[in-house]
Amino acid sequence: MFRRFDEAAGPIVEIVVDDRRIEARLGENLAAALLAAEIEPFRTTPVSGAARMPYCMMGVCFDCLAIVDGVPNRQTCLETVRAGMVVERQNGARAPGPQNGGE
Amino acid sequence: MSEPDYMIVGGGIVGAAIAYGLARSGERVALLDEGDVAFRAARGNFGNVWVQGKGATCPAYADLTRGAANDWAEFAEDLSTETGIDLHFRRPGAAYICFSPEDLAKRVAVLEQSNANARIKSAFEALDLADLRQRLPDVGPEVAGGTFCPDDGTANPLLLLRALIKAAKDLGARYLPHHGVTSVARDGAGYAAETTAGVVRAGRLVLAAGLGNARLAPMVGLDGPVRPVRGQIMVTEKVRSFLACGTNFIRQTLEGGCIFGESVEEVGLDDGTSLPVLRDTAQKAVAAFPLLRDVRVVRAWGALRIMTPDGVPVYQASPDGSAFVVCVHSGVTLAPFHARGFVDNLISGSLPPDRFSAFSPERFHVQTV
Amino acid sequence: MNRTSCDLAVVGAGPAGMAAASEASALGLRAVVLDEKPGPGGQIYHAITAPRTAARDAVLGPDYLGGLPLVDAFTSSGADYRSGATVWQISEDGVSYAGADGGGDIAASRVLVATGAMERPYPLPGWTLPGVMTAGAAQLLLKGSGLLADDAVFVGTGPLLYLVATQYVNAGARIEAIIDTANPAAKWAALPHLPMALRQSGYIAKGLRMLARIRRSGTKVIHGARDIALEGEDRVAAVTWQQGASGQRQRLACRHVFLHQGVVPNPNMTMAARAAHRWDEAQACWVVDRDTHGRTSLPWLLAAGDGAGIGGAKVAELSGRLAALAAAHDLGRLDAAAFAARSAPLIRRVGAEMAPRPFLDRLYRPADGTLAPQDEATILCRCEEVRRGAVADAVAEGCPGPNQLKSFTRAGMGPCQGRMCGHSIGAVISELSGRSAAEVGYFRLRMPVKPVTLGDIGGMTHAQKEET
Repeated sequence: MFRRFDEAAGPIVEIVVDDRRIEARLGENLAAALLAAEIEPFRTTPVSGAARMPYCMMGVCFDCLAIVDGVPNRQTCLETVRAGMVVERQNGARAPGPQNGGE
Repeated sequence: MSEPDYMIVGGGIVGAAIAYGLARSGERVALLDEGDVAFRAARGNFGNVWVQGKGATCPAYADLTRGAANDWAEFAEDLSTETGIDLHFRRPGAAYICFSPEDLAKRVAVLEQSNANARIKSAFEALDLADLRQRLPDVGPEVAGGTFCPDDGTANPLLLLRALIKAAKDLGARYLPHHGVTSVARDGAGYAAETTAGVVRAGRLVLAAGLGNARLAPMVGLDGPVRPVRGQIMVTEKVRSFLACGTNFIRQTLEGGCIFGESVEEVGLDDGTSLPVLRDTAQKAVAAFPLLRDVRVVRAWGALRIMTPDGVPVYQASPDGSAFVVCVHSGVTLAPFHARGFVDNLISGSLPPDRFSAFSPERFHVQTV
Repeated sequence: MNRTSCDLAVVGAGPAGMAAASEASALGLRAVVLDEKPGPGGQIYHAITAPRTAARDAVLGPDYLGGLPLVDAFTSSGADYRSGATVWQISEDGVSYAGADGGGDIAASRVLVATGAMERPYPLPGWTLPGVMTAGAAQLLLKGSGLLADDAVFVGTGPLLYLVATQYVNAGARIEAIIDTANPAAKWAALPHLPMALRQSGYIAKGLRMLARIRRSGTKVIHGARDIALEGEDRVAAVTWQQGASGQRQRLACRHVFLHQGVVPNPNMTMAARAAHRWDEAQACWVVDRDTHGRTSLPWLLAAGDGAGIGGAKVAELSGRLAALAAAHDLGRLDAAAFAARSAPLIRRVGAEMAPRPFLDRLYRPADGTLAPQDEATILCRCEEVRRGAVADAVAEGCPGPNQLKSFTRAGMGPCQGRMCGHSIGAVISELSGRSAAEVGYFRLRMPVKPVTLGDIGGMTHAQKEET
């Protein structure tokens, strides 16, 4: 599991992941915050339902997708933590249109 | 292998369907294809097995289309059994979406005329917005209505192409990729094709080279009156199923992606995309289905369709019945015909006028004074 | 939708993009820089403008902090910098982007693609399991959030693998093992290039210091592993491999695996623009054709940095400056004499910085079998979950190349747009068909160069504002 070996200055905020409140550092990378909070897996694939987690952390692999503030298939490795952010894990294919939730 | 009975120039859906049909009839076939980069209309095809409105001005084309569509289920089942490849064929009908009452009225008139002239009838319904929403609940408020035809279906054109080539090969046909044909000519009693990988000879020649027919057909005294018409197509990420049936410009595949586009451009052989057309296409898709606004587009490309001057197919045989040319833009819909009925005609060496006179390229010669 | 115009649109705010924008601004060009990240720096200087700690600075070392002057120069250059901006379309008219500001179109006389490198995808059995990520990903977590995972197994080869391992050791993480997949013969193949590499002796010395640091830490380094596989149900649980020619299968339990097989240019944007590309046999990847200044085959398009050919951060910075000079010159804003005078020292420095490359390319060339995995069940396309066996079937049916393969198997059709499978699919087709990687070719890519919404493409975004 990932652990924080240091603590940079800056406010700690709460975000919500599937109705669970977790602590995150304001302005840090969202995927990193989810990994630090041991959120696992991030999603399941539309093809086979396999579990996936971040692979590249730089916006090319599309494995770290989640529903962020109601928008599905967001690359969490390119998102920045904001106070009150709502993250939902995505199971399989997204639904069309804006939404709040997987199945 | 000795010299084949037939060589088919063009490894797209049309050529592969003919190769498959000939191989199934026991003929020895060579299917000549280009390399990996080709103007492959199959890749730009929507996969609609489309009946409604086709051949409105040409009853023979309407009948050809309707007959082929009616044969599709059995054809798909056979081909899937032979290859183990599911073609994703479904026949839930399809809606033609109209954005104004005038468009809808025009559309209804076209379909009525088409039915009046065709031998094989095809029912349709005219739907206002409320009725259309019974079938497609997510249609947007800018839509005026549409027509619905239960005879329309969908298939996966890419899997169709793969299955046709595989089935042809399994039946003994030689599939020759990287054999782009530079010229064709009479060679004794048969034909010789110069290709990028050497000369290929066969007793009979079938030109199914799409846009290449324009160049190749005159070399053997035939006509290939085709020009490229570009359509810019987009495909979205996978979304859960929300389109219960096909439509004229947007379709949801079984995998979940939505494929759409209806632009028509005359830009020669440029298969690129352009921002203004992508922008218009996206706006129109969102107008038809507003929930698509937040769905991501994963791919876009320019597809070159093969268009004859009047949009009606061209089928032509040489006077001695040894060479043939096929120019169509609906290779998916007509695949059962190309693999079956048409192959019987090829083998017999003639295209009977009662069925094919409407498709002769001579129709374009009449006005030349 | 935002609309503006500029002389030079720069895609990417890594070393190449930042340097190009600074140089261009100094030459009086109006430059707009678009980057997906929330802050400048690219991957190499990721999160360098975010709050840092002395402990993290010490772990990341002077090469990381060495990016600060470049970032400072960039932020004070006057270039119009838009963070969180995803460029999805480039053309001779300029660029289109999506972003939190509503996105928009930026008309530009020249477009510079400085989108950087990505780690070469390393398909092996189980590489899609949770708990498996690239070594670069682990490093980004360390740079941005100070995250570490204990008892990870590092698998692969290349300078970055050892750099991250060294940083892990320095940060106090326990490393279960490093499995170095380099072909042992690579050392001998690299040797003739060593004298040239020593001209830039700092680089080699740094590498030797890293290896010594890892050795001193007592970290196990395993050589000669073959047929590496990752096992696990919901998450990776072990690495297994064949040791030596006849040895029995080895197994190491672990919760984290960090993979690395070197870096390759991320080719999607220049390819989608339809610039000419060529196969680079030394680095085993596709690169855009360009001159010393980064001019491509398209008059409006320039490319710089690792995205245009791997050279590292210093070369990226220099190539960015050269591209800015070319843009200024070609737009009639810098006369020929000044252009030549300013270019010459930069070109000399690129030459010096590139000296170790042939040595490194040979030393860390992925071993045979790592680019084209042999195991039929190994996933090649992560998005569509297409396995090697399915690719092999299509090739056996006569499928002539990657584009028909994409049609027949869906490999490369997913949201990553072939970035994670393009090179390995080329390698598999090459191996099975006996044709060279250059002959096999690559996916034909198109816009959008990243997936964006229909609203973005249609210009129907929620946030709207007009500029002139």
